Formats: sequence, C-alpha cells, structure tokens
Amino acid sequence: MILEVRDISKHFGGLVALERVAFSVPEGKIVGVIGPNGAGKTTLFNVINGVYPPNGGKIVFRGEDITGRQPFEIAQRGIARTHQIVRPLGELSVRDNVIAGACFGQHNLSLQAAAPVADEALDFVGLTPKSAMLAAKLNVAQKKRLELARALAARPIMILLDEVLAGLNPQEVAEMLDVIRKIRERGITLIMIEHLMHAVMNVSDQVVALDYGKKIAEGTPQEVTNDPKVIEAYLGDPRVAERFMVSLE
Amino acid sequence: MKTPQSRFLGIVLLVIALVGLLPIVFNSPTMREEVFLILMLIVLASSVNIIMGYTGYVSFGHIVFFGLGGYVAFYLMQTFQVHLVLATVAGGLVASAFAFLLGTPVLRLRGAYFALATIGINEAVRTFVNNFEPFGGSVGMFFNFSVYDAYGGAANALWFTYDVLIVVTLLTIAASFWIKKSKFGLGLMAIREDQDAAQVLGINAARYKVRAFTISAFFSGAVGALFFFKNGIIEPNIAFDLVRSIEGLVMVMLGGFGTVIGPVIGAAVYELLRSTLITAPPLNLGFTIIEFSNFHLFIAGFLLLLIVLFVTSGAVGLLRQRVPVLRRYLE
Repeated sequence: MILEVRDISKHFGGLVALERVAFSVPEGKIVGVIGPNGAGKTTLFNVINGVYPPNGGKIVFRGEDITGRQPFEIAQRGIARTHQIVRPLGELSVRDNVIAGACFGQHNLSLQAAAPVADEALDFVGLTPKSAMLAAKLNVAQKKRLELARALAARPIMILLDEVLAGLNPQEVAEMLDVIRKIRERGITLIMIEHLMHAVMNVSDQVVALDYGKKIAEGTPQEVTNDPKVIEAYLGDPRVAERFMVSLE
Repeated sequence: MKTPQSRFLGIVLLVIALVGLLPIVFNSPTMREEVFLILMLIVLASSVNIIMGYTGYVSFGHIVFFGLGGYVAFYLMQTFQVHLVLATVAGGLVASAFAFLLGTPVLRLRGAYFALATIGINEAVRTFVNNFEPFGGSVGMFFNFSVYDAYGGAANALWFTYDVLIVVTLLTIAASFWIKKSKFGLGLMAIREDQDAAQVLGINAARYKVRAFTISAFFSGAVGALFFFKNGIIEPNIAFDLVRSIEGLVMVMLGGFGTVIGPVIGAAVYELLRSTLITAPPLNLGFTIIEFSNFHLFIAGFLLLLIVLFVTSGAVGLLRQRVPVLRRYLE
C-alpha cells in the first residue's frame, strides 16, 4: 500500500467534514472517490496534501507518517495534485507554470533541467502550441490540462486529481480519460475525485464512496455502484424510490 | 549563457554606467547631485520591486530599511571612524537582519494587512529612533568635518560616495535581474500569482518570502548609508519619511511592476519630472514653485491614479503587451 488513510477526522467548527475515514491505495492503481456534493471529497484531498491538518487520524505515505505536514513538504515527497477550481499562475506563461511544477517538486531540479521535463509534460497533455501564452488566457479545458501538466512535470509518485473532468464537453472528457490512463501506464498512482459516474467507473481500479463525511462503501466499481447505501446517497432510499415508481404506474 | 535578455541586461548596465560617468567626465558637482538622486532612487525602487513586483507583497513602509541602514552606517562612521564602504555593507546587513526578523511574522499577513503592518513598523522605528539617545534622538546626528579627512577632504569624499553609489546601483540591477531569471525568482512569482497553489507545487512560501524581503532590504539599507554620508546629517523625519516610501511605489508602478528595467525607468522619469517641477516653473499658475514645493507630489498622486486605473502593468509592461517582439528582450 502506497498510501494509507487511517481514521481521518476533520471538523470545521460544528461541521463534521470527515469522520473516521479509512482506506488504502495500492501502488500503480487508480482509486476513484465518489459521493454527492458536500460529502467531504475535496476536504479529504486537502487533508492528504497538507492544506488542512486533520483533527484525528493519520496519513501514511510510503511508510512515513505525513500527517500535519505543510503542502510544500508533501509535494516534495512526491504527491502532486490538481485543483477542482483551476489555479493557474495567471501572469506567467504556460511553460513557466509547468517549469515551476517541474523544478519545485520531488526532484528539486534546476531551471535548466526542468525545461525539457516541462516541455515533455506540455506535449503529453497537448498544450505545446500554447506554451508561450499567459496562463490566464487559456480556456477552462486548457487550464485543466495545464493543472495536469504541472502535476505531471513534478514526476510525482502519486497525483490527486480533483474533478479534472468537470466542465469539459464529451469530446474533451474522452481525451482527458485517455491522458489519465496513459498516466497510470507510467506507474503513477492516482486518486481521482469525480462526479461523472461513468468516467470513474471506466478508469478506476477501486472506488471509495463518501457521504456526509463518512465512508459508506469501498470496492470494485461494480460492487460500489450496486451497494444500496451508495444508491441511497445519490438517489435517496431505494425502497422509497421503488414505491414512488410503483405509485406512478 | 548569451540569451537576448542577458545581452539586454548588459546594455542596461552599460547605459547606467555611462550616465553615471557623465558627472565625472564633466567634473560637475551639480550634475553629480542630480545623478546621485536618480541612482539612489533606482536602487530604492529596484529594492522594493523585489518584494512588491516579484513576490506580490506591497511593502509600503520600505523606507524603514533605508533609514535604518543610514542610521547604523552613520553611527559607525561617526563613533568608530569605520570606512564608508564597510559602513555601507554594515548598513545593508543590519537592514537585512531587521527584515529577516520581521519578515517571519509580518509576511504571514496578506494584501492590505501586510501593507499596513509595514507602515506601522516604519512609524514605530521612527518613534524609537526619535527617543534613542545614542542616535541623537529627535535632533539626529551630524558629522564632525574630520570624518571626511580620511577620504581627502569633503569634496573628495562626495565624489567617492558617488563612485560607490554607481557600483551599488549596478550590483542592485544585476541582482534584480538574476533573481528574476532564477529558480528562486520563479518561486517568488508563483507566490505572487497564487500562494496556496505555489505551496502545493512544493514551494516553501514562508522561506522564499523572508529571503526576498531580506535581500530587498539590503539594497535599501546600503543606499541609505551612502545618502546620509553625503548629507553629513541624519534625522528621524528624513530617514523614515513615509512620503519617500510612497514615491518609491509610484516609481515601480510607473515603470512596470515586476520587471527589471521598470523601476529603473520609473525612478529616472520620476526624479527628472520632480526636479523640473521644482526648479523651473512650467506653468504660469500665479504662484511661485517655491511656495508650492511639493507640487511634484500632486503630480505623483495623479500619475499613480492614472496608472492604477489604466496602465496597471506600467510603461514596460505596456510595451511588452503591445509589442510582443520586445518580450524577448525587455525584462
């Protein structure tokens, strides 16, 4: 297991965002995290990469306890991430954004060494033609690719993908899924938060479902989609739904 | 490496060195005084640009480092007859040390809170020095003329100070360029654009910011030492003058926020404008300029308003936007 999330709890005042969430991530796999809005998915990412310290529990990455470390320390240990709401370094060129990703991550490259790595990452996500543009001038789909290129350029061990597919059209989704599969082929472990169910089910090796900050199911995509608790979380109580359907007839 | 930009840096340094040499060639003290002010403002503006333009932290009270460097150097020269060059370095180092100590807590603040905190620090230091007897309290300190003897008399001492200033200016611009082009500079600019995203990329934002602040303070402190040595007198209200601090920000905004050459152009244009407004009445306004000697501040305020409203990237930024070819050269 490359990453172990052990009984993580996170409260914001009286709000329980995560309650004793535990799962582990096998090396080289894609783990999907699903759940309705407000289930605590992004909070989970923020705890894993150090944006918030948890109120309880531990995060163990490659055998090392990284709980409560700063985000930059976690990045330097080889965990990269993308943001749900894209965060380009707007007044820097697309290429400089990716160079920053390459030279400050795990490998601590010099600027000269980072440049070819960045160019390769740009090529990988198909942004090479835009590399001289200011990052702020990209459209949403391109900014999502930029986030991914920046994360990849760090040559991380693991990437946290926070809704990289949200806001993309079907064509762009298909392209992005292709990119994600190619990332796994490189041996990089992925955890992805996603709303598009068919997309998660398509690429994930394992799925974790959250609702109201609790883990309600875990397993293969088939197991999780057939789990009554997951159906309930998304659609309400299945028996109620059934009765409702019957009453309509 | 011979990039277009490093060639450009060479040209900039050459131009500044040539302008710096003019008063020496013409042996004109009047010209020297004018160029002295311009070079000093170039250093101050470039210094504040490192923390403001590259890192995105508007240091409103940056003049505190200028005053502090000036005071420390003045004290060393007055009391221990320390040589000007050493005192200049010492002034810069003390300013840096002060920035380092302050930076750790103060740079946690963001946006307007940081700007306000720097004003508060400047005012606090001014009040402290006002009451600090070893530094002469509110009266300040002034040189015994014998201090200048070590440099071959007052006249020679002033020329020597000027020579040192040229060197300091060239070093400041080279450092500013080096930072901009380095990995360190890329980290600073990432922090400017989005500090949280920068941290997630692996940038130790707290350490980077403090380092930028510390480097920035050195140049302000060093130039403060030179300025007050030349004046032969130092007092709190001149050393820690918030108006000069704000003028520095105007110069950076005028020339171009976050560029190497912007503060240089901004400082030169601003100082030329100021001296023109003071010496030659340009308009028949019905009053003499002497009575209205702060007229340039009115112009400065107006300029700042125009820049903030219409040309937020300053002169150099505007050129870079409008003429893409220049992006390869202008930094």
